[in-house]
Amino acid sequence: MPVTVETPLEKWTGKVREVTLGATRDQKGTRSKTVTVGGETTLPFLHFEGSIPHPPVIAIEIQDSYPSDWSPVLLNAWGDTLKDPAEWAKKAEALGADLIMLRLRGVNGDGSETTGAQAAAVTKAVLQATGLPLIVRGPGQAEKDNELLVAVAEAAAGERLALGLCEDKNYRTIVAAALAHGHLVINSTPIDVNLAKQLNILVSDMQMEPDRILMDPTTGALGYGLEYTYSVMERLRIAALTGDSMTQMPMICFTGEESWRQKESKVGEGVPAAWGDWTRRGILWEAVTAVALLEAGADIVTLRHPDSVPIVRKAIEQLMAH
Amino acid sequence: MPLSGLEIYKLLPKTNCKECGFPTCLAFAMKLAAKQADLSACPYVSEEAKQALEAASAPPIRLVTLGGADHKVEVGNETVLFRHEKTFFHQPGVFVRVPDNLPAAELEAKVGEIVAFKTERVGMDLFVDGIAVQNVSGNADTFAQAVATVRAKTKRPMILLSENPAAIAAGLAKEGGLAPLVGPATAQNWQEMAKAAKAANASILVRADGDLSALAELAENVKAAGVESIVLDPGARTLYGNLALFTQLRRLALKKNFRPLGYPLAAFPGEGAGSFEEEVVAAAQAVAKYGGIVVLDHFDPAAMYILLTLRLNIYTDPQKPIQVSPGVYEFNAPKPESPLLVTTNFSLTYFSVAGEVEASGLPAWLLITDAEGMSVLTAWAAGKFDAERIAKAVKAFNVPDRINHKKIVIPGLVATISGELEEELPGWDVRVGPREAVDIPSYLKNVWK
Ligand code: B12
Ligand code: SF4
Repeated sequence: MPVTVETPLEKWTGKVREVTLGATRDQKGTRSKTVTVGGETTLPFLHFEGSIPHPPVIAIEIQDSYPSDWSPVLLNAWGDTLKDPAEWAKKAEALGADLIMLRLRGVNGDGSETTGAQAAAVTKAVLQATGLPLIVRGPGQAEKDNELLVAVAEAAAGERLALGLCEDKNYRTIVAAALAHGHLVINSTPIDVNLAKQLNILVSDMQMEPDRILMDPTTGALGYGLEYTYSVMERLRIAALTGDSMTQMPMICFTGEESWRQKESKVGEGVPAAWGDWTRRGILWEAVTAVALLEAGADIVTLRHPDSVPIVRKAIEQLMAH
Repeated sequence: MPLSGLEIYKLLPKTNCKECGFPTCLAFAMKLAAKQADLSACPYVSEEAKQALEAASAPPIRLVTLGGADHKVEVGNETVLFRHEKTFFHQPGVFVRVPDNLPAAELEAKVGEIVAFKTERVGMDLFVDGIAVQNVSGNADTFAQAVATVRAKTKRPMILLSENPAAIAAGLAKEGGLAPLVGPATAQNWQEMAKAAKAANASILVRADGDLSALAELAENVKAAGVESIVLDPGARTLYGNLALFTQLRRLALKKNFRPLGYPLAAFPGEGAGSFEEEVVAAAQAVAKYGGIVVLDHFDPAAMYILLTLRLNIYTDPQKPIQVSPGVYEFNAPKPESPLLVTTNFSLTYFSVAGEVEASGLPAWLLITDAEGMSVLTAWAAGKFDAERIAKAVKAFNVPDRINHKKIVIPGLVATISGELEEELPGWDVRVGPREAVDIPSYLKNVWK
């Protein structure tokens, strides 16, 4: 008894915006290439019903001073590279990163507070060391973020950096700096469709073009809130595809930061034997968090371990092959 | 798709004879739709109507049960495409596949290692659901032997895999009758395979590569041959292929109510993977994206723990976080002078903290407040873990009767509430603990006095 099955398709009316990071020399920047994300007209990787013009990309996270609080697994993997942000960026590029994410810690190795001039200098050094587009994030305290990101925006004028994080209580200064110097911004809200929308509206109201905004829906690592992140991302992407313009920004997930913060990745001793090999666990924790969120709609994932990069890269390639 | 009251009414005799106990056929139909009456109450309902009603009340994705009473795996019966629409109900069964041509001792050791794997997360036991045996040898006796070896080692559900129905039949004879899954049934072997499965009351795995029409036809054939407990394998062995086909199958079942493909799906992430890491990634995809049975080819504790954690995440009901009861919990036989810590009733938070306090070996009291199942910062941001609530819990659970001091340790993440808490609890000394639970043991040893 022959049966005919028709492929069940959804009719989406919306499209994720295309956002380009970085600017080349003829675009008033110095990057050797730009990276465009977004543009999807269907859910993640469903090539059979829509177009996915740009593969999601991987940013490798580097920091402006030695990340002594990182998991020993990460410290061992990178070694002395971690002491020099420029070297670190070079290695990250060689590892196949699409983007570099520079995280400003706010305090220097000697315990002193980072100044705007120092933040600007390290950004310039990283820009010189790599041709990849750059994301720059502040330490996450409103005043310090504003001080450092303004200096960075000015020093790297025209480079189309992505600056973050803009939050509902602190976005004006960062947006203004990005506007003045030709950069993008990352809007961050805690796991909620309406909050994300609202902040996108507020930032757009400052005349920031929607194709210069990335959204951080808040990342929960595997085992630590992933389910909430996963679902809010699916909801945001469905809203975008059904035509809600203020949810159509590409999404960025700080997967490396979240997954390497957890006990499973941070601690090797005194944990259940059933948790298996520590290094493997940490790397797979990060890779699985990243792939799960890519399949929920992430356009950019940030990673920390050199060995999770090829795993996630391979997954993206296979998901794009159709 | 369940029928509405009116749709059911159309199928009834419409004579209003009242024998069902309701005044009219329509009233009875309404009760049926609300599942408050049973169709058998009407003696006059036609055979056709009966079938239509039964078919309509069947779930769009059939529930498939593997295993005996001790270790049961139930998959299928899902109702939504996205977990936020309601929840995913039946988490996929995770199996590890072993080849039948391993020497018996090796096979035994391997299965032993797999079934010994056990750990706990947020109060839930995590373990491997069962074992799949692959007829790599091509020999029916070897296969049966291997099945017997595995069964002697564990009572968990089994999957018997061979394209040769004779091998499957031989294996089934040794499986022990614990409702296994067998297959694959293909266009070539389905008649014999269905016969073997039917005779043993086994569920059957139906495989047709890439072509959903062929898969549907095969499933219909197998069903007509008398095996209704079916699991589908659309044969994709790439990440994209699997995502595309699993998504289409789920949509067909739920949105089109397409019965011939309304069954749980099986994934074999090891096939087609170029490395162990690729296998883990493919397995993770199957867990998140509609897999019902996931058969791994390698067993590694770290990877298994990760996959089972992901499964726990994806199958958590989005409406209600996993919680523990508020109250005072005791660790390592606390005495009145032992430290008192406070946190929320979100399971993940509770178990993170409890695990560390326990591991410290030091006696302590842990006060769990009712924060509506939210983590420390989420609850704080939502006003569910503030000074007032903590002070209330201290009183409600008679904390002062248990301890002889007035010191309370709050999570480092909510250091800002310490002043308010001192106001709510006059005379108390509010201590700010570390931000991460991992640092609690050293805090208790070195800082808390
Ligand atoms: C998952 C999540 C949610 C889930 C809820 C999950 C839940 N059941 O709690 C949802 C989506 C519902 C949610 C909602 C909100 N969230 Co929320 N959420 C998160 C997220 C991603 C993870 C939280 C988590 O599960 N952590 C894991 C648990 C185990 O951590 P924990 O409870 O803190 O416990 C650790 C430590 O505190 C310590 N510890 C715990 N107890 C104790 C006790 C002692 C004595 C000691 C010493 C240590 C200790 O040990 C644990 C392990 O180290 C975080 C961001 C992130 N990536 O962390 C945001 C986050 C907590 N949320 C936030 C916010 C603002 C909200 C909302 C208010 C947003 C809104 N306006 O809607 C709502 C509030 C809820 C509501 N109104 O209903 C903010 C809080 C900001 C702040 N600093 O105040 C965060 C930090 C995100 C952000 N960066 O903005 N959220
Ligand atoms: S018994 Fe059947 S025919 Fe009679 S009223 Fe009830 S539903 Fe109608």
